[in-house]
Amino acid sequence: MITKRIIPCLDVKNGRVVKGINFKGLRDVADPAALAEYYSGAGADELVFYDITASAEGRALFTEVLTRTAERVFIPLTVGGGINSTDDFDRVLKCGADKVSVNSGAIKDPSLIKTAALRYGSQCVVLSVDIKRVDHTFRVFAKGGRVDTGIEAIGWIREGVKNGAGEIVVNSMDTDGVKQGFDTELLQQVCDAVRVPVIASGGAGKAEDFIDLFKKVPDVDAGLAASVFHFGEVKIGDLKKRMQMEGIPARI
Amino acid sequence: MIAIVDYGVGNLFSLKSSFAAVGSFAVVSSDPKVLKNADKLVLPGVGAFRDAADKLKRTGLFGLVKEEAEKGKPLLGICLGMQMLFEKSFEDGEYEGLSLLSGKVRSIGEVIPKELKIPQIGWNGLRFVKESPLFYGIPEGSYVYFVHSYSAMNSTDVIAETEYGAFLTAAAGRANVYGCQFHPEKSGETGLKILKNFAEEIR
Repeated sequence: MITKRIIPCLDVKNGRVVKGINFKGLRDVADPAALAEYYSGAGADELVFYDITASAEGRALFTEVLTRTAERVFIPLTVGGGINSTDDFDRVLKCGADKVSVNSGAIKDPSLIKTAALRYGSQCVVLSVDIKRVDHTFRVFAKGGRVDTGIEAIGWIREGVKNGAGEIVVNSMDTDGVKQGFDTELLQQVCDAVRVPVIASGGAGKAEDFIDLFKKVPDVDAGLAASVFHFGEVKIGDLKKRMQMEGIPARI
Repeated sequence: MIAIVDYGVGNLFSLKSSFAAVGSFAVVSSDPKVLKNADKLVLPGVGAFRDAADKLKRTGLFGLVKEEAEKGKPLLGICLGMQMLFEKSFEDGEYEGLSLLSGKVRSIGEVIPKELKIPQIGWNGLRFVKESPLFYGIPEGSYVYFVHSYSAMNSTDVIAETEYGAFLTAAAGRANVYGCQFHPEKSGETGLKILKNFAEEIR
């Protein structure tokens, strides 16, 4: 039976992990490659590297880090942040990324999803969406959640899948950072709308939140989080054991 | 030496790195001379069957891979590269494969329940059908990473299956020719062991 995936997300700035903390046996907590290797050993099913660099020098450092990671970490690696063109796809795929996540880039140029899906295959194109409730509707936000685009989120996701997005990352801005659990209401609506894998993001504060997510919305395929893993509040090995005990398929 | 056939399809960097991680040197090449001189070949692939088969034919490597395998050179197909080892694919039409393994490639939608998602993306367990050197030292039920919408069906060469609403072909093999529907280079320790077995156990 296919397992529910647990995905740590690493924010990388100028080649270094932002918000990293000390893990036992990890010498350099801010080295993305070292942290990726640690997570892979701890049982992560996949990793997301999110490049929050703005400068060209930072971009070069990011690709260098990516190459070093792909040389020693053998689980799927998704890269996001600053993906605005197929040149950006090329740049990260060449360094060992398996999937590329587009967010604001797809809002600026909606044809990007289609072009990329035709060139690299749908399995490679992940549509990541920052969503917030505005006037009782789900709205798409751009630029790291700073700008309300006015676009209705469920329709936007449906359109993205029609154009070839192979997976959806749903980041709820309403639950993000609150650590009170995932946005199961929003996630259920997304799962009802599309038949591609849906990855939940935003809201994880403890192991129970993941259990709750997979029980309340069984169609969700994966749970993504950053700080709860980085700060050791949720240990992936323990989480997977809990999932198995609760009858949720998990890879151990 | 292992040669990874480069015909312009897929992420070959991880594959090369994963062979290096198990102590085997692999080159990525499209040069017929290099491929002919290699001890073993790996045929990777992602995307659509027709595009990949076209590219393999255009580069002249379709015939080369088939010939080398028929002469007895160990060959490992991965994902779409595995699907090309079979007789035919019915992905958006009907296309000829390399006919090195028995069976035809069809949409998993024909055999799995409607409520399951296509493609199958994620980690799923292996269920062994026949003993194979590819799986030496790997316990039944080990998880590997899949991304696929099509799968080989009615094959007598299946060596492992995976359960996704139905039993789907996860790996196939006959004599010197092997194929994995999953991505061993993305399947953690289990995947590395499979690549090590291909590098060391298969002659």
